[in-house]
Amino acid sequence: MADAVLTAAGVEDREAAIASRRRLISRIVIYGLLGLISIIYIVPFLVVFLNSFRTNEEIGQLGLISLPRSFRLDAWPTAWSDFCIGGQCDGVARYFWNSVAMVIPATIISTALGAINGYILSKWKFPGSEIVFGFMLLGVFMPGQIALLPWAFTLGQLGLANSVYGLILVHCIQGLSFTTLFFRNYYVSVPDDLLKAARIDGAGFWRIFWKIMIPLSPPIIIVTVIWQFTGIWNEYLFGVVLNSGSNQPITAALVALSMSGTSVRTYDVMSAAVLIGALPPLLVYFFGGKYFVRGLTQGAIK
Amino acid sequence: MASLTIRNLRKSFGMVEVLKGVDLEANTGEFIALVGPSGCGKSTLLAMIAGLETVTSGEIYIGDRLVNSVQPKDRDIAMVFQSYALYPTMTVRENMAFGMESRGVPKAEQEKTIARVAALLQIEPFLKRKPGQLSGGQRQRVAMGRALVRDPALFLFDEPLSNLDAKLRVDMRTEIKKLHQRIGKTTIYVTHDQVEAMTLASRIAVMHQGEVQQFADPDTVYNRPANTFVAGFMGSPSMNFIDAEITSTGGGPAVNFPLSGGNVASLPLHNGVADRAQSKKVILGIRPEHLSRQSASTSGKQGFATMSALVEVVEPTGAETMAVLKFGDREVVGRFSPDEAPRTGENMPLAVDMTRACLFDPATTRLI
Repeated sequence: MADAVLTAAGVEDREAAIASRRRLISRIVIYGLLGLISIIYIVPFLVVFLNSFRTNEEIGQLGLISLPRSFRLDAWPTAWSDFCIGGQCDGVARYFWNSVAMVIPATIISTALGAINGYILSKWKFPGSEIVFGFMLLGVFMPGQIALLPWAFTLGQLGLANSVYGLILVHCIQGLSFTTLFFRNYYVSVPDDLLKAARIDGAGFWRIFWKIMIPLSPPIIIVTVIWQFTGIWNEYLFGVVLNSGSNQPITAALVALSMSGTSVRTYDVMSAAVLIGALPPLLVYFFGGKYFVRGLTQGAIK
Repeated sequence: MASLTIRNLRKSFGMVEVLKGVDLEANTGEFIALVGPSGCGKSTLLAMIAGLETVTSGEIYIGDRLVNSVQPKDRDIAMVFQSYALYPTMTVRENMAFGMESRGVPKAEQEKTIARVAALLQIEPFLKRKPGQLSGGQRQRVAMGRALVRDPALFLFDEPLSNLDAKLRVDMRTEIKKLHQRIGKTTIYVTHDQVEAMTLASRIAVMHQGEVQQFADPDTVYNRPANTFVAGFMGSPSMNFIDAEITSTGGGPAVNFPLSGGNVASLPLHNGVADRAQSKKVILGIRPEHLSRQSASTSGKQGFATMSALVEVVEPTGAETMAVLKFGDREVVGRFSPDEAPRTGENMPLAVDMTRACLFDPATTRLI
């Protein structure tokens, strides 16, 4: 009897050991794969990051991909304010500020309009509102280049050609499809009874919007702002086609920089310039990334 | 004086007519229950009274003011929703203050009103909490509190208890009744629960397929249901319906219906009801509690008829025992006190209280 119990215990131990070994192996495989993929993603960034601190001579001798032998910060101020782009030698600063001046109002306005559109299309439906929404949704699937010529024409007519204001307008309108979709889908899950109660309580269209909908909206506002900010900041096509010279955003300037006429490739300065250009979206991602994921997966009412 | 008058009210959504000419009236201080199965139009009717749905045709008066095209906020009403519809980002206090702020009630008065209502509903401890931090019963109280701060001409309740568990529902039902007795406001209360309607209302409007089937006090609705729908809907277990025929025997009129083995049950009728019947064929309606075991107290008593039936299933609930009996090939539910409860398989001698039985016209389903 005692033997039988012992044997049974032994069998259990053996099975437990096999199971735990299996678990260990699967863990190693999973983490190994995850690690590998992370490296594939992080290496290009690391190369650029390290190159911005190496001297150009060192990069010339040892190649682009190599651990740094030297360390200096010169490339950063040069890229910011001295480097020559398209014949002008005052760095990327001007273009950086162009992008800032474009992205902030464009993000705020397109998000605000998206919120109001979404509120109307989900809670104040009117005959044909589904059709209107359908047309707005079309914008989500329409590639930007289709709109290039109409925009060039429109901005010319409005007197906004080759100006940051023109780009603000373009990005507000181009972004409207996405921001409306985000807010509309989020607001659909807000119970209609809430609005009915508010109407009986004497609240109208705007009071319901400000006092009930907006306080429920932080998750989707964060999602939309991050989406719009990174999208507009990283946008290149409109910036390079609609604007020229000193009115271009930083994405366009970075391309101009890489094609600058000098025979010597200044990889150190270019690396620094690219990183300066990538900094704002990266910061947004670092500080807002987890809210982005949370906002996308969360409904309006917990 | 009437607080609410509804005349020939109709509502269509496209081709579908959900209200087909509703007439209703609530006197000041009355508690009216709108009861019916889902889809009967009761919630639509309430939403129209509140002004949340437009009127297709007909008239709604609150007091003596025609409110067909008056905004909800100007109708002098307050409403409690099934989902409570508390504003999730606001504290309980802010929830209660929201309507008063919209109407521009001075701050000092708001504070006073909230304090008074919070004391009445015993929700003072939660005033600073948000709805998400409250239990179902507490939310229910807050929802009522939000309605009570208004002091309206009309209270509207849309199935306010259906989201609560059974025990809490019974407690809150009593509380609502107490509250109504205390403040005496005219109340329109929508429910699909006939027990809620019976216990709370001073008058019940039973609705079915967009029409008011009967509008009367609970006693009448229960004991003299206008038609077989009302009779079947009110009361649980439902009234038993038996196809029967009126015959005249030596001792006066009776209803006959077949039993098993070629036997016929013949139950004598009273109160001249047989004379009102248009045809010989009728539907006999007997409530389960009007069946009892034959005993010394029932035998020979005026109005009791006797028969016997096979007991098929017995379902004791503690306080009473339900039994399924075979009347021929028809199943009939009886409700007995446990000490006279039948046994399965027994051929039970029954006493039927014929003074409480209802006869319906099979063609119109109306009460005879």
